[in-house]
Amino acid sequence: MIDALGSVGSLLLVGGTSDIAVATARRYLDERPLRVVVAARDTPRRSAVAEELRKAGGRVEVLDFDADDPGSPARMVAGAAASGDIDVAVVAFGQLGDADQLRTDAAAAAHLAQVNYVAAVSVGTELAGRMRTQGHGVIVALSSVAGERVRRSNYVYGSTKAGMDGFYSGLGDSLVGTGVSVLVVRPGFVRSKMTEGMPDAPLSTTPEAVAEAIVAGVRSGRHTVWVPGAMRWVMSGLRHTPRAIFRRLPF
Amino acid sequence: MSLTGWGRTAPTPATLVPVRDPADAAAALAARTPRGLLARGLARSYNDAAQNAGGQVLDMTTADRVLDVDLPAAEIEVEAGISLDRLMNLFVPMGWFVPVTPGTRYVTVGGAIAADIHGKNHHVAGTFSQHVAWLDLLTADGEVRRIGPDQDPDLFWATAGGMGLTGVILRARVRMKPIESSRIVVDTDRTPDLDSLMTLLTETDHLYDYSVAWIDCVARGARMGRSVLTRGRFARREELTPKQQADPLRYSGQVRLSAPGVFPPGLLNPATVAAFNEVWYRKSPRRKRDQLQTIGAFFHPLDGVGDWNRVYGPRGFVQYQFVVPFGQEDAMRRAMERISRSGHASFLAVLKRFGEGNPGMLSFPVPGWTLALDIPVVGGLAALLDELDELVVAAGGRVYLAKDPRVRPDLFEQMYPRLESFRDVRRRVDPEGVFTSDLARRLTL
Repeated sequence: MIDALGSVGSLLLVGGTSDIAVATARRYLDERPLRVVVAARDTPRRSAVAEELRKAGGRVEVLDFDADDPGSPARMVAGAAASGDIDVAVVAFGQLGDADQLRTDAAAAAHLAQVNYVAAVSVGTELAGRMRTQGHGVIVALSSVAGERVRRSNYVYGSTKAGMDGFYSGLGDSLVGTGVSVLVVRPGFVRSKMTEGMPDAPLSTTPEAVAEAIVAGVRSGRHTVWVPGAMRWVMSGLRHTPRAIFRRLPF
Repeated sequence: MSLTGWGRTAPTPATLVPVRDPADAAAALAARTPRGLLARGLARSYNDAAQNAGGQVLDMTTADRVLDVDLPAAEIEVEAGISLDRLMNLFVPMGWFVPVTPGTRYVTVGGAIAADIHGKNHHVAGTFSQHVAWLDLLTADGEVRRIGPDQDPDLFWATAGGMGLTGVILRARVRMKPIESSRIVVDTDRTPDLDSLMTLLTETDHLYDYSVAWIDCVARGARMGRSVLTRGRFARREELTPKQQADPLRYSGQVRLSAPGVFPPGLLNPATVAAFNEVWYRKSPRRKRDQLQTIGAFFHPLDGVGDWNRVYGPRGFVQYQFVVPFGQEDAMRRAMERISRSGHASFLAVLKRFGEGNPGMLSFPVPGWTLALDIPVVGGLAALLDELDELVVAAGGRVYLAKDPRVRPDLFEQMYPRLESFRDVRRRVDPEGVFTSDLARRLTL
């Protein structure tokens, strides 16, 4: 249960090896010990993350999750709930893809949509069902400002995030009154393993800053947060920029 | 519907089932879902003890009959949903008072047992459960078991203070306290600091049936812990004024006014609370003897204001109550220093000297000093209270399950050494954990 002062007792990380997921767990573990379920593909990185979080004071459980497998979300959520309620679930999996390849490779584009959108929808539906039964819980969905207005340089990725963002925003509205809520997180450019080797963008941020925003957002019961906060106003401007100008912008 | 405790924090939805007789409770038990069920009384616990997210919550306040009155023994048999308020209205005019009352009379007998409540007379009378001859408990197997200190004592002492997690308390037989009048003879003393208060209590507490100190947690430095100590006992008939003697057991317990529905957040801040505390301290007599007070004024001053919990605003509040054993006065001092330094506003901090504990596995009182204070929910409070918990644990103390909404589960385990025995009893009578609550899930009780 999330207690009266917003402290969390159990955390599910879907895509648990992502830098933002790990930073979020570490941020919570800085406050107090808790149960952390790391759901990800069975890789050496997953073992390393589990070990790291154990050392940080977590009671860590590891579960298989594969965004390519349509049966995986249901199994994963059932597995996570088997040993107790899920207080906060962070949906942090996703891929960036190679924008150049995605322009011409239909299979790669469809695969990115499968991972970033279809699997995210499936996971969100399973989590919401479970949490509705529990009568409490918060789903944190890692969206992106790239989905707020899709731009030409990475429109496939942007469109998957736009869909995912829309799904979780709507899911949150549908859950009002059930005790369950959804926090949609829209980071700008995050310097992480997903963006390794890419040039820094303006208003770029870090997994730690995103984690801080997640913890604060869950505690105060917000529905949407931008990281950094100023991104909200930038995106608000960009959303209303005429298309003829927007497509000429240098990104 | 969405439920909270008195502190109005962490609401969760549940299906509320009115219980008018034991058959209703048995039917709810038979129709249970995997989210389980829990009995709820008047929900005066400050935290999530009377909530069960996604499950059933049995509203016991509709089962509130008096079943038997044993005049020679001064014992009554009642349904668990009856309130202490109703018991006082019925029995004070007969010359019986409830054996133990907390700071509000709006609690049920079932709740009083489940939280194993204490009052101003703990140092002489112990907790409420120590005045229960037996109780009927509906357990997970559908049986109704009559248990008491002599009948299945393990189950009884797991149920007393067990926060409703062993089953549904349906009925209880309670030993009442004979009184000659409905007035209390009260002595008031103002003490300038914490040390003088503790000394006074240690030396003279045994002379009074009831005692409690209001303590100023905002004052710092030399004035830290300045307090107003009130102590009393029920008056004998001849001590009343002639007018009162005509109707010595007169009693009227009524809510005089109600707090408005909406209070702005931040109404209670360090400045307003410091001002309030200053006035309270100054207006109290330095030393006053043999003042006659009513039951309401002496025991339940806050019951005069309905819904006073709203003054803390929409974010609600936390009541932090802990006890440290005798010999750990320094820990109490450090805790108070930490609280006054933090600037977290609190009026109505209350200090009490506990007497002996009882065999209740999760019963709160142990011999020592207990401090209770209200704190509005603000940022940074979680870290402060975690820090206080560590201090309390190091001193061999604990926090109160009927109040605490946020203790760290690992620290809680250290506070209650008999927790494993409690879990053993629960495994015996409720192996599937049918009876559960938000509190139970949060702390893995």
